[in-house]
Amino acid sequence: MAKYALYPGCSLETGGIEYGMSSHAVAETLGIEFYEVPDWNCCGASSAHMTDHLLSLALPARVFALAETLPVNEMVAPCAACHQRFAAVEHELQDEDLRRKVNSLLERPYTGKVKLKSYLDVFANSATLDKIQKKVERSLKGLKVACYYGCLFVKPPKVVNFVDDPENPQAMDNIMRALGAEPLPWPYKTECCGASLGMTKEDACTKLCNDILRIAKDAGADCIVAACPLCQQNLDMRQISVEKKYGTQYRMPIPFFTQLIGLAFGLDPKVLGFKKLFVDPVMVLRKVGVA
Amino acid sequence: MSEFNLSQVLETNRSFVDEVIAESGQDIRQCYQCAKCSGGCPGTFAMDYLPNQIMRMLMLGMKEEVLKSQTIWVCMACNTCTTRCIRDIDVARVMDTLRQEAVKHGYTENGRLVLIFNDVFLGTVRSYGRLFEAGLLMMNNLKTGSLFKDAQFGLPMMLKGKAKPFPHRIKGRREIKKIFDETKRREGK
Ligand code: SF4
Ligand code: SF4
Ligand code: SF4
Repeated sequence: MAKYALYPGCSLETGGIEYGMSSHAVAETLGIEFYEVPDWNCCGASSAHMTDHLLSLALPARVFALAETLPVNEMVAPCAACHQRFAAVEHELQDEDLRRKVNSLLERPYTGKVKLKSYLDVFANSATLDKIQKKVERSLKGLKVACYYGCLFVKPPKVVNFVDDPENPQAMDNIMRALGAEPLPWPYKTECCGASLGMTKEDACTKLCNDILRIAKDAGADCIVAACPLCQQNLDMRQISVEKKYGTQYRMPIPFFTQLIGLAFGLDPKVLGFKKLFVDPVMVLRKVGVA
Repeated sequence: MSEFNLSQVLETNRSFVDEVIAESGQDIRQCYQCAKCSGGCPGTFAMDYLPNQIMRMLMLGMKEEVLKSQTIWVCMACNTCTTRCIRDIDVARVMDTLRQEAVKHGYTENGRLVLIFNDVFLGTVRSYGRLFEAGLLMMNNLKTGSLFKDAQFGLPMMLKGKAKPFPHRIKGRREIKKIFDETKRREGK
């Protein structure tokens, strides 16, 4: 049985609550065990690395150190922004001096024993992909999806150790294929959605969201599949402002990939948090005959 | 861009270039000016100088122009430039360093909103150990003086059970405070 330490991150319990719900339901079906890191703290996200380099390393390092108390070898962070911060720690603390400096700030030292694993890879590795295929009870046949990876899960590849092509990743596309859905080729898979500017330069953020939604719509997508709670929230909630500003009507549902896996497994859409999505996912549900 | 005497500027600001190189750990002298970083940057439409221009301006010692630019505050740290740079320069890291340099040298006007946001964000983490989203929204609006900003998000978030009215306090709060205080002290701020 696959076992991982899970770092939910602040948004998995708030804005991305349906990501957490569906992740747990799907993991259970697949026999994947997640151990939540005890007493985890916020990784500091971009606010920390924009403010102080040492701070941006010490906060996630404390989490890693706590994960080392669990019976696991690997840790996952479903949020792309968190994932990137942990990847930075893993990458930079190979430097002995820096590691000593960071550890002098912590109660429990970071040793590097627990390795970071991409959350997408948990589901997209070949063994799990096989399992997923076997568990499909309600094929997503006919559903055209635009897989959206966002920027920080895949970039920069040297740091995040992403097993995929950073410019044209396939991990999520493969999962969708296993579910019977049709992943579309589209050029904005890893284009930034500007979530970090949402509160400071809203206009710029709205434009970036509009571009992504428009390109997905033009590609013929029924929905955009997300893997990051920040991207998802940004593309989902901001559609109100995008549609107002650009006079468009995308009404594009933005489900998480874990929600679609659960749907194909025949799980109850309620358990998967479909009601939590802002843009009504009814067209997605209808395609598989549950709405 | 105003007119100035290049060799003079270069002479007085040489130490600034060295500072950026040391702080970021990136040898910006390696830059070829191929502009690949700018070609892929999603933020250029809102920037006053392109990322490759910032690199060139750094080399020319144009400290003020760089630190006063919009560019460093528009940058979303998406790492596209870093991923694509043919000279292996971590351009996003340079942008990070420049934001910190701007604060250090007092050029914060264009970054006001970003700095308030970061401050309030980290303030909640320092107190509770985790981000307190509702508190962040409220405090941020108070401090920026835009009271009803994002009000259209607040209520629907509550209704969907996506915003918690109270912060979650972790057990290791003392440890977190120590991390904040010590890093601040060591950077001499
Ligand atoms: S796409 Fe948006 S939310 Fe996702 S990682 Fe990039 S900036 Fe963050
Ligand atoms: S991509 Fe690299 S080498 Fe090319 S202009 Fe940008 S920083 Fe310079
Ligand atoms: S990290 Fe900043 S400068 Fe680099 S591509 Fe992204 S937005 Fe542009």
